Amino acid sequence: MTTFEAILLTIVTASTPLLIAAMGELVTERSGVLNLGVEGMMAMGAACSFAAAVTFDSTLLGVAAGILAGALMSALFALVVLGFAANQVGSGLALTILGLGLAGLIGAPFVGSRRDPIAVVDVPGLSDMPLIGRLFFEQDLFVYGSIALTVLVAFYLTRTRSGLMLRSVGENHTSAHGLGLPVWRIRFLAILFGGACSGLAGAYLALVYTRFWSPGMTAGRGWIALALVVFAAWRPGWALVGAYIFGAATVLQLHAQAAQFGVPSQVLSAVPYLATILALLALSIRRGRAIGAPGSLGMPFVPDR
Amino acid sequence: MKPDVSSSGPPLVELKGISKRYGELLANDGIDLTIAPGEIHALLGENGAGKSTLVKILYGVIEPTAGEILWEGRPVSIASPVEARALGIGMVFQHFSLFDELTVAENIAVALSDEWTLSTVRSRLGEISHAYGLALEPDRAVWTLSAGERQRIEIVRCLLQNPRLLILDEPTSVLTPQEAEHLFITLNKLSADGCSILYISHKLEEVRRLCRNATILRGGRVVATIDPRESSAREIAALMVGNEVGEVRTSARQGTKGEMLRVEHLSMAPGSLHGQALADINLVARAGEIVGIAGVAGNGQTELFAALSGERLSDQAGAVIISGKACGSAGVDDRRRLGAAFVPEERLGHAAAPTHRLSENTLISHATTEVSRTGFIVLSAAKRLARSIVKTFDVRTPETDPQARKLSGGNLQKFVIGREIIRKPKLLIVDQPTWGVDAGAARLIRQALVDLAGEGSAVVVISQDLDELFEVADRMAVIHHGRLSSLKPINEWTKEAIGLEMLGVAQTQGTVHAL
Repeated sequence: MTTFEAILLTIVTASTPLLIAAMGELVTERSGVLNLGVEGMMAMGAACSFAAAVTFDSTLLGVAAGILAGALMSALFALVVLGFAANQVGSGLALTILGLGLAGLIGAPFVGSRRDPIAVVDVPGLSDMPLIGRLFFEQDLFVYGSIALTVLVAFYLTRTRSGLMLRSVGENHTSAHGLGLPVWRIRFLAILFGGACSGLAGAYLALVYTRFWSPGMTAGRGWIALALVVFAAWRPGWALVGAYIFGAATVLQLHAQAAQFGVPSQVLSAVPYLATILALLALSIRRGRAIGAPGSLGMPFVPDR
Repeated sequence: MKPDVSSSGPPLVELKGISKRYGELLANDGIDLTIAPGEIHALLGENGAGKSTLVKILYGVIEPTAGEILWEGRPVSIASPVEARALGIGMVFQHFSLFDELTVAENIAVALSDEWTLSTVRSRLGEISHAYGLALEPDRAVWTLSAGERQRIEIVRCLLQNPRLLILDEPTSVLTPQEAEHLFITLNKLSADGCSILYISHKLEEVRRLCRNATILRGGRVVATIDPRESSAREIAALMVGNEVGEVRTSARQGTKGEMLRVEHLSMAPGSLHGQALADINLVARAGEIVGIAGVAGNGQTELFAALSGERLSDQAGAVIISGKACGSAGVDDRRRLGAAFVPEERLGHAAAPTHRLSENTLISHATTEVSRTGFIVLSAAKRLARSIVKTFDVRTPETDPQARKLSGGNLQKFVIGREIIRKPKLLIVDQPTWGVDAGAARLIRQALVDLAGEGSAVVVISQDLDELFEVADRMAVIHHGRLSSLKPINEWTKEAIGLEMLGVAQTQGTVHAL
């Protein structure tokens, strides 16, 4: 395996959790709810999946625990922002703080444990192709799953009746309510989906990417995923492109540090984050003030009945 | 009340003793209403009379506190719009229930039941459009459409469900006179096909043309059920308002000499994603006159207001000249110092901060007066000023110095306009001064504008209400797609000519003539 090939493979691994979490948040935001708790739900997903995987020695149970943890965290968020119509920004930030703290607590007994790498899906014959063979035909299930998830979300949003209802609720919840669409139910399910995806992304981090648990291991990836949704102008296809750009930036700065360019390593570590900010800036300048955000995004919904 | 439609069989719908209470406020108080099959029934009343609340109850959006609904003689409870639609009730909302970013077909499909797909919607859309003359392109995004086209979407959306009762809430408030004419033809066709129509309006002429029965609401109660063609407009207005509506007196004007506002070749890119660009606007307002700007909503009124007030700056200082000083690129306070005052369209959130008290709200436009000249707030002066505005402009407040959000729309508007007029501005620019305001407050506001002009100030009124402009304006122009027509004395305008300008037809004809 050449160095170049290895770099490409790590980019895929670095991008996958970003893509999964962004896809969940994208669906949540298209329904009109801004959940800033992605980082916290991801951390909970990572801690719970790792704890379950080590305890039961099962990757599958670990993944299930991660998804469940993320979904439960988001259900708490849903209760606060839907049930009590609380401010979504404040509630989301609180969810992140709660998630990071709780994850540290749950993960504490498992610091130092390790998991084995999970199996890859090897497409016989095709994976032997030079350069692109391993890149496309010898990845783990998560990678293929994340691509499938993107396609499914795109299809769901644009081609199904339920997706149309979700977009309508996000665009204008007052009109949607006036037409009789179940605003709360749609948003609740969208929030749960977002939480489950964040949990899954966390599970991927703990079980595949690092294969150990340490507090703070999400390292701001939840925030990157949130930024990706905006960068992608709430479109799944763009989110895929964005996830791989930021994944690439993360990996390349590591290699740049190793190559010792004489640039302080702290500056290089900041590159993916700077790239996020620059991409957002470039896009907002190009598209004007409102970049296609769902009309009711972040606004609490209180029907008059 | 007996509808004079031949009463074969039970009425289609009967409301009995419908009441709706919001805390202290009784929005609907024991309302009875009967609609026969195929009848066009008018529901008349001022803003705040309870019309919208009543129809939202009928459409299942709001739950009544008391009362019962009979559908073809059978008691029903309508718990949601889905149930209303299942009965055969369709509704066209006053503020459309459309989704700007979605296409026409998507907007229709989302409100229909599961068996509709985008492709069946597309094909039926074609048939209905043809049958009722409601032209629509299925794949256009809604934000690109005019108000008339948006309303067509709402109507088609209802018609696809073969409604027995169609409710229209103030349908002509956003239409040009020609579009309204077109709507009446559609409604008469529907009625002839046996569909009942509940037509909500405060415009008497329309109701007299369309309806044989009208229920009049005032303060949440039914005050009369009449045949609108047998009563004069004045009688009906008296029933709606409760007392004789006074007319705005015109004060003696002190000659029109000084030029207070000159706008020259003002062009500006849209400020928001779906905003309207301004194109080569020219306008002059002289001391002692009221200049009216008519137009259908969304044709650049908001943008024009922002450019005149200095909320958005032009790169040409000479584009806006106030009191002889070029200030196209000067901010709001600079323009205020030149004697200008501004009242934006949106009362709550733009003209006033909702959770701030009235005294604090005076600071918004009085940053250059005694209230905070030094940069520190003089609270006693602010309170005194608020009191004086409340007194002079008859602002009814629930307590002394309440938060702005606690005032009703009409009272807050009186406060906001009073706040500007009390500064004795030499130039006042006001956007939709009486939008959603009750008749009494509207009259007071119009009188205040006329009086201000009478004292020698220049006033620019941007309004969608043609009757209002005919009442107060001396000269008028029409804005369409960010372009302003020529400014002509009010008596040289006919409603038809205005309608053509609103549609942008007159401009093309004008060009042809010039060639």
